[in-house]
Amino acid sequence: MADKIATREAYGNALAEFGEKYDFVVLDADLAAATKTGTFKKKFPDRFFDCGIAEGNMISVAAGIATTGKTVFASSFAMFAAGRAFEQVRNSIGYPHLNVKIGATHAGITVGEDGATHQCLEDIALMRTIPGMTVISPADAVEARAAVEWAINYKGPVYLRFGRMAVPVLFDKESYKFRIGKNIRLTEGKDVAIYATGVTVNFALEAAKLLEADGISARVVNVASIKPLDKAEIAATAADTGAIVVAEEHNIIGGLGEAVASAVCESCPVHVLKVGVEDRFGKSGKVPALLEMYGLTPANIAAKAKAAVALRH
Amino acid sequence: MDQVKLAELKKTAADIRLGILEGIHAASSGHPGGSLSIAEIMSYLYFSEMRVDPSNPDWPDRDRLVLSKGHTAPALYAALAEKGFIPKEDLKTLRQADSYLEGHPDMKHTPGCDMTTGSLGLGVSAACGMALAGKIAGKDYRVYAVVGDGETEEGQVWESSMFAAHYKLDNLCYILDLNGLQIDGRITDVMNPTPHDKKFEAFGFNVINADAHDFESLEKAFAAARACKGRPSVIIARSTKGKGVSFMENQVGWHGAAPNDEQYAQAVAEIKASL
Repeated sequence: MADKIATREAYGNALAEFGEKYDFVVLDADLAAATKTGTFKKKFPDRFFDCGIAEGNMISVAAGIATTGKTVFASSFAMFAAGRAFEQVRNSIGYPHLNVKIGATHAGITVGEDGATHQCLEDIALMRTIPGMTVISPADAVEARAAVEWAINYKGPVYLRFGRMAVPVLFDKESYKFRIGKNIRLTEGKDVAIYATGVTVNFALEAAKLLEADGISARVVNVASIKPLDKAEIAATAADTGAIVVAEEHNIIGGLGEAVASAVCESCPVHVLKVGVEDRFGKSGKVPALLEMYGLTPANIAAKAKAAVALRH
Repeated sequence: MDQVKLAELKKTAADIRLGILEGIHAASSGHPGGSLSIAEIMSYLYFSEMRVDPSNPDWPDRDRLVLSKGHTAPALYAALAEKGFIPKEDLKTLRQADSYLEGHPDMKHTPGCDMTTGSLGLGVSAACGMALAGKIAGKDYRVYAVVGDGETEEGQVWESSMFAAHYKLDNLCYILDLNGLQIDGRITDVMNPTPHDKKFEAFGFNVINADAHDFESLEKAFAAARACKGRPSVIIARSTKGKGVSFMENQVGWHGAAPNDEQYAQAVAEIKASL
């Protein structure tokens, strides 16, 4: 737990590492230094193509490359990959189901000082509505690396969500295996379940410790595979615990919370409370201050968990 | 161009026009104006210019065509039918729920269709990607993209143009269907995208002017594009929207309207009489 590394960093490293083993090209839109595709560019300059500040074009170019049978990654900030280029992702990649991997970094408010225009809180909602799109949100560097390798070997469109902020390494590189459509239970609690994705996974683990001190046993579940969603695991956990909290660095509208709530409604209705950005835009600030301001903290997750327990039938 | 070939290309263009109208009439919907304006272009591409094999539509070394102005899909389908990629009798199933001939091109379900298009501005970028992939793979295939003049109001057309010139995609050729009309009126009245020649030149293209309805002009233009090295080409093909059907020619109302039975019969008669 000592190491901290941002998932965007792990993304760049994974591209550079797997570039030796697999044949793919990488596109970026003048953000290679920030998205970390620059790590790949340094090692494989002939397989890296900067598209300049023109994300819509980049996404459609990626689609054109994919039609020829070549695997391609296209990277930008989540705001511009999923937001600005949404229609290109839908019509150029999603509709023809082309083999493009969208590596979107700087998701959420942990972008920090750049503020609301660069803090995408809608990308999960946008991407999961596209038919056939796979949506992955890794929690740490190990999971990010494994997700990248999985995406390389999968034929079809994938949206990979990475963060700017350094986060603790949770998984063991040697034993971790990425499995699409499968949740990972990090603790086996019985009183309440906390679902989390990306940066909030570590907060959920800390929240579980706070709850434990109060005699509440929390099951923390990591959701890297947002689409397809592990509905079977969610149904089982709903039945086991009877109370659920979902924590995400995303608008509570359209994100993982609603996805989990929908799955719960279909299988085993229990209360699902959400911790996320409550239908607001982000703002500039130091990351810890923003996390506090928007309630993305272990303390708030623990409080919501207690509220969920109180609502249990 | 020898006279036999010229006659064949003209016949094919007329057959493409008939195929366009057959589908749009049967569907009671579609876009005849901009489909008819590219009949000679499609005839020339599929029967003189492009290296394609109807028995092997996914051939990796084939030349590619992206119909960036995807609403003129009937012209693509008619050309694919003439070439033998799809059965001619399927053209009348255009836009029907049980047909694979979507209102806008769908590469997943139509043999010979190289890219899904319809949202304007996206196709040209995909063509850039195909051309770049050809360069990366060391293949000698060429990529063609048919672009609408109204479509050039989309900023992405110019993003793609910057990209094509930056990566020196001389295996890429845009064909601009300059018919002067878009849904709401004359392009110069709605949102003037001219002058196309100066703009494409400034973006680093080899600019070639042509008459979209004259095969000898098209032959020279495509040869000039093929000969150009180190930069992409654009053929600015001056055309008449609705070409070949007297009452549709240069009429903005025929951008996206289907002919009734009487109008259809007259259009077919006019096209047949032109041969």
